[in-house]
Amino acid sequence: MKNILAVAGVVIKELYRRKDFYVLFIVTVLICLLMASVNIYNDAQIVRYLKEIALLLIWVCSLVIAVTTTARQIPAERENRTLQPLLAKPLKRGQLVLGKFLGCWLACGLTLICFYVFFGALAASREHHWQLLNDFQAGVLQWFMLGIVVAFALLGSLIFAAPSSNSTICFVLVGGILFVGRHLDQVALGLREPARTLAYALYFVIPHLELFDVRDLVIHNWPLVPWTYFGLALLYAVFYMAVFLLGACLVFRRQAVN
Amino acid sequence: MTTIVRTEKLRVEYRSRELRQGTKVAVCGLDLEVQAGEVFGFLGPNGAGKTTTMNVLLGFVPPTRGAAYMFGIDVRQPIARQRIGYLPELTYYYKFLTAEELLRFYARIFGLTRAEMDRRIPALLKLVELEAAAKRPIKSYSKGMQQRVGLAQALINNPDLLIMDEPTSGLDPLGRMKVREIIQRLKNEGKTVFFSSHELGEVELVCDRVAIIHQGELKAIGSVAEIRGAYPNLEQAFLACIGYSRQSVS
Repeated sequence: MKNILAVAGVVIKELYRRKDFYVLFIVTVLICLLMASVNIYNDAQIVRYLKEIALLLIWVCSLVIAVTTTARQIPAERENRTLQPLLAKPLKRGQLVLGKFLGCWLACGLTLICFYVFFGALAASREHHWQLLNDFQAGVLQWFMLGIVVAFALLGSLIFAAPSSNSTICFVLVGGILFVGRHLDQVALGLREPARTLAYALYFVIPHLELFDVRDLVIHNWPLVPWTYFGLALLYAVFYMAVFLLGACLVFRRQAVN
Repeated sequence: MTTIVRTEKLRVEYRSRELRQGTKVAVCGLDLEVQAGEVFGFLGPNGAGKTTTMNVLLGFVPPTRGAAYMFGIDVRQPIARQRIGYLPELTYYYKFLTAEELLRFYARIFGLTRAEMDRRIPALLKLVELEAAAKRPIKSYSKGMQQRVGLAQALINNPDLLIMDEPTSGLDPLGRMKVREIIQRLKNEGKTVFFSSHELGEVELVCDRVAIIHQGELKAIGSVAEIRGAYPNLEQAFLACIGYSRQSVS
């Protein structure tokens, strides 16, 4: 475990010493503050538009950070030749994969904390109360969703050598799942065999990232997600993270490092 | 005497990227033994299979056939690397870390305690003369300084076996002298050093035994005096060993 934590520590250090996060955070803050200064229909109480845009930006920025940070981890180690001195130590390849995952996932968590604190403060400044539990649920669910994305991007980074191609594939797949994933079963109904079976199989195999999207609940101040469902969603995410990480460990175990 | 490094009929094949070329044999039936406490030079022209052999020893590349052991442990087991230090030919490290942070990171992987880290890291930084730059990010270092960081990281666990891939390539005379001093010091401490080099003069100075590999095959192994034989120096002996003669060029 200490090896995994040591690798994760370096990943987190890399994130906060690079400019990606700061740029995205500042852009988000500026756009949100700009939106907050607009008075729609002369009604200062309408904050839903503001919350919707802020949450959308948080989703997009955190996905960009998660995918770009993860996709470059192992390919950059290969390219910069830092992988060899590292693997010449008593470090198992599985530990390296898990360390990279943990580092990227924790880095995403830290990013989300910054984003959600800003979001909470922004919403509270207009609504005069802080919906702490709603924000907590939305943040944690998003963090676990990012866990799936990070594990998937890590697996991709071992299959596709170039970080750019891996990032593109990850963005396309994550976007596709978020927008189309929930409708795949309905799409399957309109197809002929064997495409129907294939579409159904795909519907059941892909991780349904849209399940973790509870932005509407936060935007409209709807009641909390029942904690049982909340827990089940986290378990669902952990299952997919484990599947992708297992795949990454198996792929990396067989790869030559030279 | 204890055998520290042992390879048995080691064969490494690479699948060629070019069509119709099939597989390329990088190492062919290599039998090698390095004893405890000796400085062992691994020589060969470019593309002879030196780095590939080291890559197998370090677990980077699986052998196609045969086996390799360090301290009697199969090199595919990560624990075989617990007592070794490795200095690659080209040293690149995490540029966003400082030398001290990098050493601390590697020390954690070796399972050093905080007290050991606090004792060893300043001592190593002093040894490689990087105390003043210890808190600066590695990206601000010159090439020579990066090589010295590499040397420090290779020694972080006080290794019983130090593996170095062309450790003096790209170093100025001062840097070479420093590497020689470190090898000599490790030898005096009873440690084993296994390194590849093209600097035959240096090899002659520091090595107890050498092996010459050419086109993946072991051509000669023995003490420097044995290899040199009737030739005036190691370079002449090396050239003869790999089948090169001045007449063939002229």
